[in-house]
Amino acid sequence: MIIAIASGKGGTGKTTVAASLAAVWDRPLAIADLDVEAPNLHLFLHPSFSATTAAKMEVPEIDESSCNRCRACVAICQFKAIGLLGDAILTFPEMCHGCGACMAVCPQEAIRSGCRTLGAIGWGHTPEGPFLNGRLSIGEAMSPPLIRLVRRKIGILAQAENRDVILDAPPGVSCPAVNAVMAADVVVLVTEPTPFGLFDLELALDAFQSHDRRLGVVVNRAGIGNHDVYRLCERRKIPILAEIPYQDAIAEAYARGDIIARVHPEIQSRFIKLGQRLRISNNPSRCAPVREAHHA
Amino acid sequence: MPEIVVLSGKGGTGKTSLTAAFAHLARGHVICDLDVDAPDLHLLLQPTPRRSETFRSGHEARIRAADCSRCGQCVDLCRFDAIRGDDPPVVNARQCEGCKLCVALCPQAAIDFIPRHCGDWHISDSRMGPMVHAQLRPGEENSGRLVAILREEARKLAGNLGRGLILSDGPPGVACPVISSLSGADLAIIVTEPTPSGRHDLKRVTALTAHFKIVTVVIINKGNLNPEQTAGIKSDCCQRGLPVLATLPHDPSVTAAMLAGKTVTEYTANGFSAELQAAWTGIQRHLNTVARKE
Repeated sequence: MIIAIASGKGGTGKTTVAASLAAVWDRPLAIADLDVEAPNLHLFLHPSFSATTAAKMEVPEIDESSCNRCRACVAICQFKAIGLLGDAILTFPEMCHGCGACMAVCPQEAIRSGCRTLGAIGWGHTPEGPFLNGRLSIGEAMSPPLIRLVRRKIGILAQAENRDVILDAPPGVSCPAVNAVMAADVVVLVTEPTPFGLFDLELALDAFQSHDRRLGVVVNRAGIGNHDVYRLCERRKIPILAEIPYQDAIAEAYARGDIIARVHPEIQSRFIKLGQRLRISNNPSRCAPVREAHHA
Repeated sequence: MPEIVVLSGKGGTGKTSLTAAFAHLARGHVICDLDVDAPDLHLLLQPTPRRSETFRSGHEARIRAADCSRCGQCVDLCRFDAIRGDDPPVVNARQCEGCKLCVALCPQAAIDFIPRHCGDWHISDSRMGPMVHAQLRPGEENSGRLVAILREEARKLAGNLGRGLILSDGPPGVACPVISSLSGADLAIIVTEPTPSGRHDLKRVTALTAHFKIVTVVIINKGNLNPEQTAGIKSDCCQRGLPVLATLPHDPSVTAAMLAGKTVTEYTANGFSAELQAAWTGIQRHLNTVARKE
């Protein structure tokens, strides 16, 4: 089973929930931090990193001697990543989305597969299981290819050893978040009971609700605001999977870098129940294969 | 004209609550919400749109079932796992990158390529002054383009109305939309919190502002949550020559103000608001220094 921890609004407690859920999970597990712009899960799970590899995406490399300047690649590229300036054929790798269209349409087969480094992937291990994180290079704009890469790697790892997967997704509801959650069997949306939490939860429901994945909500900092997020969940028929009460002691534990499920037995039991709820309602037929492993 | 962008790296540190308060304290400014993915500033400022525009960007593939031979080539070709091999295959618009590969290679020419309505942007009036803001449609590409449009419109608006400052609430993270929100900015205000995540992401986002050579100041929010981390952040900032303009306490009036649909400085004049006022004075001083250098 692949569980993505996501949210519309940032800072609602995705990483807190991911770390605590991992800490109480009682089946073999693999964990990945897909918030490649602001990766933080390692600060709580403290994996021992055994390797760091460069995260690369495929970009075109044009062999100028076999290129006949037919412009087919320039015409198909939707991202302005190839241009013809006079007789010079130019590529702009930082614009490239890695779709492969230029290579597919080149009649001269003059475009080779090159690569560009987006950041790094950290390979580590925690007592809970193998851990991966993606770290986007500073100044790099393109996060979705790195997110997809880490997601595929953890998928392969988990499938080989029949492990469940917990994914810590980036905030928001646009393409980075969509890329993080798209292979998940269940998406846990972490929110807070405030107007900001409510507005962004509704965006997240619109973005992630789909007939082939389940959605549930965790209300973090319960008690600080009002009841509107509960009403929204009732109206949209989204189950509330857990509530984490607002307590100074929890906020302080988080600020120290502690896993909150380990600090408070009462909070721990809430996460154990969350794990049970996620598993009980999971359809076994969707547990085993990681759908896209063959692409990596 | 000076442009201030409020950023954080990590989400949820208080960017929007602080930006709204500064929008209340500032004079003669245009307000801009550059978090087009999950924008929240409008919840505090309740803007009334005067002009709304559609944001179209790129295309998406759509298969005409009647013409499809079910050969499955598009499913195999797509690098974004956006086509599910049902009968007939279906493009998941949320995952379609709009690259045109499937459209170009479909042997039946059965795939249409449709312009994409990615979101909407607005020029509005608010009680804190004119405001430019947008909403991306869920699942759309959070390209810097919409952010760039908002900044351009904010500049035009400020020029037309004779306003001398653009105050922008930025997106979380460090990638495309953040980079776009920083281009041409004069001052970046980073709002952080004394947690391992806040401190870690502060390093990343200040590395980005340094990369783009943008004058940067820091505000530590919820400073009393962990005095040790707060001291650590101050020493990090000191080492990098980043001024810490304020250390604000964790204060329930921020959430109370949000529930009331107000900025915290409108909601209460307590110690928190007074410290925000002092922070704003510090921001203006830095802005003047930047202006003098120019």
